[in-house]
Amino acid sequence: MGLIYALIAAGLSLIFGLMEIVNFAHGDHLMISMFSAFWLWALFGLDPIFSIPITILIMAAIGVLTHYFIIRKILNSTMLVQICATFGLAVTIRALAQLFFTPDFRTIKNPLIQGKFEILGIFIGKPQLYASLVCLVAFVLLYLFVTKTETGTALQATSQDRQAAEILGIPSNKMFALGWAIGLSCVAVAGSMLSNFYYVFPDVGVNFSLFAFVAVALGGFGSITGSLIAGIIIGVVESVGGLVIDPSFKLLYVFAVYLFVVIVRPQGIFGRY
Amino acid sequence: MNNISAKLLEAKNEPLWYFNKNSLIIIGIIVLGLFLFPFTSPSKFAIHLMMMIFMHAVMAQSWNVLAGFSGQISLGHAIFFGIGAYACAYFYVKFHITPWIGILIGIGISGFVAMLIGIPILRLKGHYFAIATLLIGISFQVVFQRWPEVGSSSGLWIPINRESPWSSMQFHKSKVAYYYISLLFFIVTFFLVWLLNRSKLGYRLRAIRDQSDAASSLGIHVSKYKIIAFIISAMIMAPIGSIYAQYVLIVDPNNAFNVDISILVLLIAVMGGVGNIWGPIIGAAILIPISEFSRIYFGGTGHSIDLVVYGVLIIIICIFKPSGIVSLIPRSFREREKAK
Repeated sequence: MGLIYALIAAGLSLIFGLMEIVNFAHGDHLMISMFSAFWLWALFGLDPIFSIPITILIMAAIGVLTHYFIIRKILNSTMLVQICATFGLAVTIRALAQLFFTPDFRTIKNPLIQGKFEILGIFIGKPQLYASLVCLVAFVLLYLFVTKTETGTALQATSQDRQAAEILGIPSNKMFALGWAIGLSCVAVAGSMLSNFYYVFPDVGVNFSLFAFVAVALGGFGSITGSLIAGIIIGVVESVGGLVIDPSFKLLYVFAVYLFVVIVRPQGIFGRY
Repeated sequence: MNNISAKLLEAKNEPLWYFNKNSLIIIGIIVLGLFLFPFTSPSKFAIHLMMMIFMHAVMAQSWNVLAGFSGQISLGHAIFFGIGAYACAYFYVKFHITPWIGILIGIGISGFVAMLIGIPILRLKGHYFAIATLLIGISFQVVFQRWPEVGSSSGLWIPINRESPWSSMQFHKSKVAYYYISLLFFIVTFFLVWLLNRSKLGYRLRAIRDQSDAASSLGIHVSKYKIIAFIISAMIMAPIGSIYAQYVLIVDPNNAFNVDISILVLLIAVMGGVGNIWGPIIGAAILIPISEFSRIYFGGTGHSIDLVVYGVLIIIICIFKPSGIVSLIPRSFREREKAK
C-alpha cells in the first residue's frame, strides 16, 4: 500500500516541484485512471495489467489538456486562485463521474492476478504484492528518467529556476505540460494496479489524495525520493497504527504524522523549501 | 512599506462610523424588503431558498474573514459548523439547555477550538496550512463518528418539543421563524464584519495579508492577529451550524463535518470576491439558487449536476476573473460609500 501512496505522491510532488501548484484534483485523476482501467476491462475484457499503457496514454493526455486549458492560465495568479482552480477541477471531475458512472461501488471480477501467498504464516494478497512491485518498477523508471535523460534534467532545471532554464533554451511551458503528463502517468499506473483489488467508485480518490498530500509534505514538496520514503512511512504508520491501537482511527495517525512533521520540520524530510 | 504606514495612518484618522447617505438608504431599503418578504406570502420554497442564501452568505463571510483579511486559506471550515451544530444539539438533548444559549455555547467552544488549532498551524504558510486544515477537518469527522457520547455515526436527534416553540427554538408550523433567525444573524454578521473592515484590527489584518514581513517590522504581532482572525472566523461560523441543527433537527458527523461544506464555503467566497465584504452575499445569491433549482429539475441525481456547475463556474472565475464577481460591478458604485 505504501508504495502505491508513494507513486501517487511522486506525481503530485513532481507537479508541485515544477510549478508550485498543488493539484487538489490529484485523487480524482486517480479515480479517472481506476475507472478507465475498469471500463477497459468491462468493455474490452482487457485485464488491468495489460491496459496500463492505454491508461497511461489517457492520463497523460488528460494531464496535458489540464495544463493547457486551466493551469497555464493561472500560473501567475495568487495561491488562492490556484487552489480554487484545482479544487474546482476536483469537484467537477467527481461530480461528472457520479453523473455518468453513478456512485456505485464496482469491482473487477476475476483479474489475472488473484489469490494469496503464504510467507511464514502471514498471508499476503497477490494483487497487493504485484501492485507494490509494479509501483516500484514505475518508481525506478521515473527516477531514472528524471535524473539520467536529457529531458529529465531539463525538467529538473525548469523546476529549479524557470527563468535560467528558459535562457538556456528550455521551453518551460512544454516542460510544465510534460510534468503534468508524467505526474498523471504515475497516477495511471497506481490506479490500474489499485483497481485489481480495490473498489472503484467516484469518491475513491479522496482518501488517496489526502495520503498523497501527507506523503508529499512529509517527503518535502518537489522531492521524488522523499515521496517514496514518505509513502512507505505512511503505509507502515497506517497498518501498524491500525493493528496496535484501533483500525477505525487509521486516518488520524497519518494526519498526526503530517502535523508533527510540518510543525517540527516544515520543509519535510528531504525538502528544498 | 509606505503603503502600509499610509494605510495605518488612514485607519487612525478615519472615524469608525462613516455613513454615506445614499448607500445607507439603499441598504436600508434592502433590509426592510427582506424583513417584509415573508408578508408577501411567498411559497415555502422561496423562504427556504432565502434562508439558505443567508446562511451560506454568513458561512462564506466567515471564511472570507480569515482568507480575505489574513490571507490564510482554510479548507476545514466545516469544523466550526459542526461544533456549532453539535454544541447546540448536545446541550439541548443532554441538559435541556435552550438552543438560544446553546448557540452562545457553540460560539464559545468554536472560538476556543479555533485558538487551540490556530496556535500550532497558523505558523504554516500557504499550501501547508490549507492541507493541515483539510486534514484536521476530516479528523474531526472521524472522531465524532466514533465518539459514543455524541451518538457516534448516527449523530444526535433533537427531540420534538411541541409545547414551547420559543424556548426549544423549534417552529414546526412554518419556516418564517427560521427565516427571521437566519436573517438576524445575516445582518448582525455583516454589520460586525463591516465594522471590522474599518477598524484598526481590520487594517492590521490586511497589512499582514499583503506584506507580513513589513507589517511585523511596523510592530504588528503577526501570529497573534492571525489567531484573532481565525477565532473571529470560527465564531461567525458556529451559530449557522446551530441554526441548521435546529432547522433539520438532526446532527450527524457526515453532514455536520462534511468536507463539502468547507469547499462550498470557499467556492461561494471566491465566486463573489475574496476580501470584499459584499463578495459572499453575491456568491451565495448566485450559487445557492443554482444548487436548489438544479436539485428540483434534475431530481435525485441532480445533486451532482449542481456540483458540475459549481466546479466549472469556479474554474472559469479563476481563469478569467480571479477577483470575483464583485469586480464586475462598476467601481463607481462600489466606491460610493467611500467617496465622500
